Amino acid sequence: MELLSGAEMVVRALRDEGVKFIYGYPGGALLHVYDAIFQQDEVEHILVRHEQAATHMADAYARATGKAGVALVTSGPGATNAVTGIATAYMDSIPMVVITGQVMSHLIGEDAFQETDMIGISRPIVKHNFSVRSVEEIPEIIRKAFHIAETGRPGPVVVDIPKDMTNPTDRFPYVFPKQVKLRSYNPVTKGHSGQIKKAFDLLMSAKRPIIYTGGGVIMGDASEELTELARALNYPVTNTLMGLGGYPGTDPLFVGMLGMHGSYEANMVMHHSDLILAIGARFDDRVTNGVDKFCPTAKIVHIDVDPASISKTIRADVPIVGPAKAVLEEMLQLLKASKKTPDQEANKTWWAQINEWRTRHGGHFRTDDSEKMKPQQVIEMLSKVTGGDAYICSDVGQHQMFAAQYYKFNKPNRWINSGGLGTMGFGLPAAMGVKMNFPDADVACVTGEGSIQMNIQELSTCNQYNIPVKIICLNNGSLGMVRQWQDMNYESRHSQSYMESLPDFIKLAEAYGHVGIKVDKYSDLEAAMVKAFAMKDRLVFMDITVDPHEHVYPMQVPRGSMRDMWLSKTERT
Amino acid sequence: MRHIISVLLENEPGALSRVVGLFSQRNFNIESLTVAPTDDETLSRLTVTTVGDDRVVEQITKQLNKLIDVVKVVDLTEGEHIERELMMIKFKAAGAFRAEVKRTADIFRGQIIDITPNTYTVQLVGSSAKLDAFIDALGTASIMEVVRSGVSGIARGEKVLSL
Repeated sequence: MELLSGAEMVVRALRDEGVKFIYGYPGGALLHVYDAIFQQDEVEHILVRHEQAATHMADAYARATGKAGVALVTSGPGATNAVTGIATAYMDSIPMVVITGQVMSHLIGEDAFQETDMIGISRPIVKHNFSVRSVEEIPEIIRKAFHIAETGRPGPVVVDIPKDMTNPTDRFPYVFPKQVKLRSYNPVTKGHSGQIKKAFDLLMSAKRPIIYTGGGVIMGDASEELTELARALNYPVTNTLMGLGGYPGTDPLFVGMLGMHGSYEANMVMHHSDLILAIGARFDDRVTNGVDKFCPTAKIVHIDVDPASISKTIRADVPIVGPAKAVLEEMLQLLKASKKTPDQEANKTWWAQINEWRTRHGGHFRTDDSEKMKPQQVIEMLSKVTGGDAYICSDVGQHQMFAAQYYKFNKPNRWINSGGLGTMGFGLPAAMGVKMNFPDADVACVTGEGSIQMNIQELSTCNQYNIPVKIICLNNGSLGMVRQWQDMNYESRHSQSYMESLPDFIKLAEAYGHVGIKVDKYSDLEAAMVKAFAMKDRLVFMDITVDPHEHVYPMQVPRGSMRDMWLSKTERT
Repeated sequence: MRHIISVLLENEPGALSRVVGLFSQRNFNIESLTVAPTDDETLSRLTVTTVGDDRVVEQITKQLNKLIDVVKVVDLTEGEHIERELMMIKFKAAGAFRAEVKRTADIFRGQIIDITPNTYTVQLVGSSAKLDAFIDALGTASIMEVVRSGVSGIARGEKVLSL
């Protein structure tokens, strides 16, 4: 049997997991591991410029593929720099394995150089974490880490490795376990048939149904089943921010995103429904608005792989614990075997009502006489130029909401954004993580001049590895979402929400070896964007000046019901 | 309502901190907590008493079940069960009060486990309510120190919490 050092075991186990890229940054506690990386060429290491970016790259890879991404960071500041990225993945249930260096075992607890208690720090933001206590257990721990990260409700797992566990002279037999068993961890693989039958009966007798789906459909690979079921029933579908692409965005049954900045029709449909079929969504506060006023006439069927998500904020009438895919497959079988059909008359009436809401065009933006470009126009153009088929990796703020509202996602895993944590600085490294794994695809980072500066240093990484993403920077010279809230709730006192002395992004892009394009007029936008996407092998930074006064609408009125919305600066439902 | 939740936990370093951390992280309340290894040395048994409405307690049990180190969870208060807590309580015991402590301890079936000319230390086992009643009966004026173990609980009858 082959004898390997702990450092070699780490790299070998990652290879045996099928890992192609690891994203990381070296440091003292990881020097043995980095030496082992140097001496092989099966796993490629991507050197970022800040550890947060490494976690976002790994995270975005996972969002695009469903498989756990891997980040490697050293102890102390390396590990704490990764915390934001770990929390980002945790909030959105994204599988990720983060390997953190640690000081030598005998120094733990002594406030050694670059020591932090990463097990303690990461505990509330991981699905699980491991501390390596003997070299031989490294392969099994890594296998377990991937198993836990990728199954059930996915999430990040941290593996903390003291430096002495990777010592090159201590060599042990390497055995990679094909399977691991954890007696205390058995995620469900199918739903309860009795509950599914009950839900099916409710679905068949509903008069005003809505199918509401979230990230669980994306990560649970249940998009096809969802589409088949919705079409067979002719029921409307709405997606959460995390669920966009789970149902084709251009399909007539799709009523748009729901929630705080959801479409007028989606929120109206929810509020007036008599049955909500929730799939892989968690009734987040950005969806429900005031929980006491939430959808007063609706019965709720809730399918989720995590029982703790069910009846957490909104009580489910029919809870179904199970993976979205398996449960939907079973529902489709029931539908095929059943002689029952939904009430056609009721369906017709419901759609007539929905279409009436649609024609109101509530919340859609208006172009005015001013020369200023609307941010929504930029996203619509992006959708047009990329044929709706690009990976859109978003930062956080108004531009994120505009992208969610105006880019029409027809496929799952194409919309990559930090929904739960709302991490500014996510977009660029996320786009990099996707582009490295899908080199032929169009990958855009939709961002603002605030967010992009939170991880702008990664332009250097893009140069080193030639990662030709397209940066679509909606530059309104202010932290747009903060400004919007200040406009609406603080009598336009713009406390700290504008940025003076913005860099010249064009020169900045060029300084990092990339191409910069500035666009000030809408009439120039299409040509510039086409040109940017035609430069397949160059990173292009599009600095696009947009109207700083634009707000995101619709916007739900705080603590109201789903249907209580601002539709423009002057119009309310 | 008060609930007694029993948890079988992997006897691993850090497992306890995951449970305690979960309670503070999710704003759940802990009234008492006891933990010790079981006859199976790979497992610890933890008992936590908490107060919350049905929704909160449902979340507590579900969130506990999600922890990878948690093997099993049961809410003992859902069925017939027995709860016990141990208390050691040290009194200033002089004059007439000395006899009063002894008498009351006897009534509560407590034992005096340490004596000095001026103190009595009483050991008492029972439900938390019984321990509270004992303190009420003697008043707090002469109490020097109170040590309570927190609640341990077990289901009545054939029901067991095991692998």
